[in-house]
Amino acid sequence: MDLVELSRLQFAVTALYHFIFVPLTLGLSVLLGIMETVYVMTGREIWRDLVKFWGILFGINFAMGVATGLTMEFQFGTNWAYYSQYVGDVFGAPLAIEGLMAFFLEATFVGLFFFAWDRLSKVQHLMATWTLALGTNLSALWILIANGWMQYPVGARFNADTMRMEVSDFMAVLFNPVAQAKFVHTVSAGYVTGSVFVLAISAWYLLRGRHVEFARRSMTVAASFGLASALSVVILGDESGYTAGQNQKMKIAAIEAMWDTEPAPASFTLFGLPDRANHVTHYEVQVPWMLGLVATRSTDTPVPGISELVGTARRNIADGLIAYRALTVIKTAPKDAAARTALDAHVNNLGYALLLKNIRPDIENATPDEIARAAASTVPNVPVLFWAFRIMVGLGLWFIALFAASFWFSAKRQLDRYRIYLWAAFLTLPLPWIAAELGWIVAEYGRQPWVIVGVLPTALGVSSTAAGNVLLSLTGFALFYSCLLVVDLYLLLKYIRLGPDAALTAQGHTEEAA
Amino acid sequence: MDYETLRLIWWALLGILLIGFAVMDGFDLGTAALLPFVARTDIERRIVLNTVGPVWEGNQVWFIVGGGVIFAAWPTLYAASFSGFYLAMFLVLATLILRPAGFKFRSKVSDPRWRAFWDWALFAGGVVPALVFGVAFGNLFLGVPFGFDSDLRLHTDITLFSLLNPFALLVGLTSLSMIVLHGASWLNYKTDGTVQARARRVMPFAAIAFGALFLLAGAWLARLDGYVIAGAMAHDGPSNPTLKEVARVAGGWVTGSAMPAVAAALVGAAGALLLRRRPLLAFFCSALVPIGTIATAGLALFPFLLPSSSHPGASLTVWDASSSKLTLGVMLGVTALLLPIIIAYTAMVYRVMRGPVRAKDVGGHSY
Ligand code: HDD
Ligand code: HEM
Ligand code: HEM
Repeated sequence: MDLVELSRLQFAVTALYHFIFVPLTLGLSVLLGIMETVYVMTGREIWRDLVKFWGILFGINFAMGVATGLTMEFQFGTNWAYYSQYVGDVFGAPLAIEGLMAFFLEATFVGLFFFAWDRLSKVQHLMATWTLALGTNLSALWILIANGWMQYPVGARFNADTMRMEVSDFMAVLFNPVAQAKFVHTVSAGYVTGSVFVLAISAWYLLRGRHVEFARRSMTVAASFGLASALSVVILGDESGYTAGQNQKMKIAAIEAMWDTEPAPASFTLFGLPDRANHVTHYEVQVPWMLGLVATRSTDTPVPGISELVGTARRNIADGLIAYRALTVIKTAPKDAAARTALDAHVNNLGYALLLKNIRPDIENATPDEIARAAASTVPNVPVLFWAFRIMVGLGLWFIALFAASFWFSAKRQLDRYRIYLWAAFLTLPLPWIAAELGWIVAEYGRQPWVIVGVLPTALGVSSTAAGNVLLSLTGFALFYSCLLVVDLYLLLKYIRLGPDAALTAQGHTEEAA
Repeated sequence: MDYETLRLIWWALLGILLIGFAVMDGFDLGTAALLPFVARTDIERRIVLNTVGPVWEGNQVWFIVGGGVIFAAWPTLYAASFSGFYLAMFLVLATLILRPAGFKFRSKVSDPRWRAFWDWALFAGGVVPALVFGVAFGNLFLGVPFGFDSDLRLHTDITLFSLLNPFALLVGLTSLSMIVLHGASWLNYKTDGTVQARARRVMPFAAIAFGALFLLAGAWLARLDGYVIAGAMAHDGPSNPTLKEVARVAGGWVTGSAMPAVAAALVGAAGALLLRRRPLLAFFCSALVPIGTIATAGLALFPFLLPSSSHPGASLTVWDASSSKLTLGVMLGVTALLLPIIIAYTAMVYRVMRGPVRAKDVGGHSY
């Protein structure tokens, strides 16, 4: 593998790994806030024990979230140096604000959450817990503003004197519609994850007839919060599809394996086997109208297919080459007015011309055939996106069904009545993680070959470090992370097995007492 | 505000954030570095861990925010330093990752081998970053080999071994002694009994080692080539580090403006040494050490951020490696708003958690 592939793999591994812990932190922190609110309002000790027990599991997970987040923060600089240089003026700001506004908050108040039960009044401690939850959610907001900008780079323009993208409109970066849709969808996904976690473990206690009072209360909270979140994921997942439809037509077409433009309103392919070589999808089962409705919110706007979008890319590349040639002139004659005018007129497609760099270094001499090859490279991996998306959506529908059932049973006080329901709840435990990781694969792998859509191809973003270094660090992270995951799961299982009562006393064991 | 002033302010803010990191995270790195030595029994070790238990996560954010702010305000520096120091950075990250796990996981299993493993992991997580950051700072004065092509794509020839030269290692040891002194001063303040007595015994060694190493590094520095900008350079020009000329001058890093900072570092070390029976005062003195040391480095290098030894003209300076004026302005507003709030609630947490940690405090939800 070359430098680019290794760097991509390392980013994918470390980010997907970070996102094992992130959604649980997001969901559990809010659930802890809700449970502690009930404790403060009712004054019943069992609710405090609930907070403390789920808090232990939260703490183990939080530590892993922090450990793996550290890698992410510096990886842009270590592995994506040209990316950082090229867009740091825009992209660095939300990352820095995330640290100042969110990380300080969550990391400071997590200390109070664990260590200050005896030092704060009930209400003060409750406020610390909610501040912690606020911090985690703010952190999601800012990182998704950064990530949303990579999908839809608004509010920035190229500056020929500094050879990079610079901010032209901060408000546009902040209120990026893609970032907002992503934020709601991702945070809701976190809430679903937290709710499923609480629901599934409590179901396991009920199956074994242990800690019944404790488990029932936990399930009641998880059921209502989970139902609201699961609905929000699906409805706002649709919102995410809508914004992607506006800005990343290619991604939508790939998710749908839609090789040719269909007359409006486009139908949604429920099932099929996309064939990349021949540009067809075999055994299609289609729902008429549905894609058109989701992607364009109308019945008369056509959704463009892959072939048509490749054609657009070819024209964009040709146009971008004009900007690139002008830029070459400006490098040696910075004052050349004609070149500056040409650059300004075509700069929006400069990124498309850069796609040619994957094919030849002197791109100004590219042949029409090479331009066509570069245009073809804008098609992401269709089968992967097609399936990842369908599994995510299927799981989303399943979560709604599960939480609706939980809500119904908890309202009728029948949570422990049907073993089949309890088994279903227990076995759902890993599914939200699968849905969330697949979601990121749709979003990020589906963005390829771009790292910033239309602005910077992924392959250009890397550092000029030796591939051997990246291989070393990738291997190191993989080994390290695997060991940590084993330890993490071992500790979680240990405390889940102990159950709330034993866990709360075992926490404080010293050598002497053990 | 004009571009030149904004750049100056962001240079100062960069220093403030690095100082924030060294002062705040410094004492818990130092505490971890001392853990196997000042605490022998399990209960002693847990006392030591619990002195930093409620605060180390917040402290570590100074490091993260340092990275974020370099990214936002000095993107070229962020790209060049972290990709250039690739393996060194990997080493730091790998040991820092062990810290959250070490703090959180260590006391959750009672097997002594498990606990001993995490104690040494925490030790590594304290010593390695302190050393590597010092080594990195040392290399700033020597310059590192990097340059740019016409697209401003960076190319470097830095290897881990070229970073490990004698001068940089001396600066690394200086940094380590500073961190150990700061950690010992913290433990001297937050514990009593045996642990406190041991920490107090470390303080003179650390303070004297720091003073000696710091002065030695200074004397060596005076004999090194420094960098200066040759000819005129606009202070509000575009951020493009390929448009200037840089010359090397023997002794060029020594400047009078750094002398107050040198004095502050030495006074801090002496104060920590002499006042160790007044723990809180001694702790404030030891906090002066990183303040003075980092300010010394920053002022000596000014206006350079990262000098290039292979292409001196490509060196990154305050005047040509920053973000755009708009970004610097917006980020200044955000920082001016948030930093006081952060300091306020951080202070609140230290107040809530005040007082020494004793054996009876270890248990319940603690580490
Ligand atoms: C949607 C949410 C989300 C996403 C997409 C990311 N993170 Fe994250 N991150 C969090 C949500 C989060 C969190 C919920 O706030 C964490 C997870 C667990 C935790 O302890 O805090 C966190 C922790 C965390 C930390 C440690 C913070 C601390 O000490 O408190 C850092 C430095 C990062 N992250 C950095 C990143 C970077 C650079 C990312 C992108 C490449 C990233 N995270 C993706
Ligand atoms: C934690 C949640 C995230 C996950 C699971 C995730 C997943 C991925 C995956 C799978 C890739 C590899 C795609 C490929 O190379 O084929 C990738 C690449 C990348 N992602 Fe993300 N991502 C996450 C968050 C982010 C965020 C928040 C940002 C920016 C703020 C980001 C920036 C990048 C960059 C710079 C790359 C490398 C270039 C590339 O290969 O596209 N990612 N990510
Ligand atoms: C009917 C259900 C769902 C629909 C229609 C849907 C739709 C989408 C779409 C279109 C994207 C890609 C956004 C982009 O390319 O930028 C996405 C991403 C994502 N999805 Fe879903 N999704 C659904 C259910 C779920 C569920 C159940 C989860 C997890 C519990 C989930 C977690 C994610 C995550 C973490 C991402 C990546 C972040 C982002 O880009 O917003 N989704 N989803």
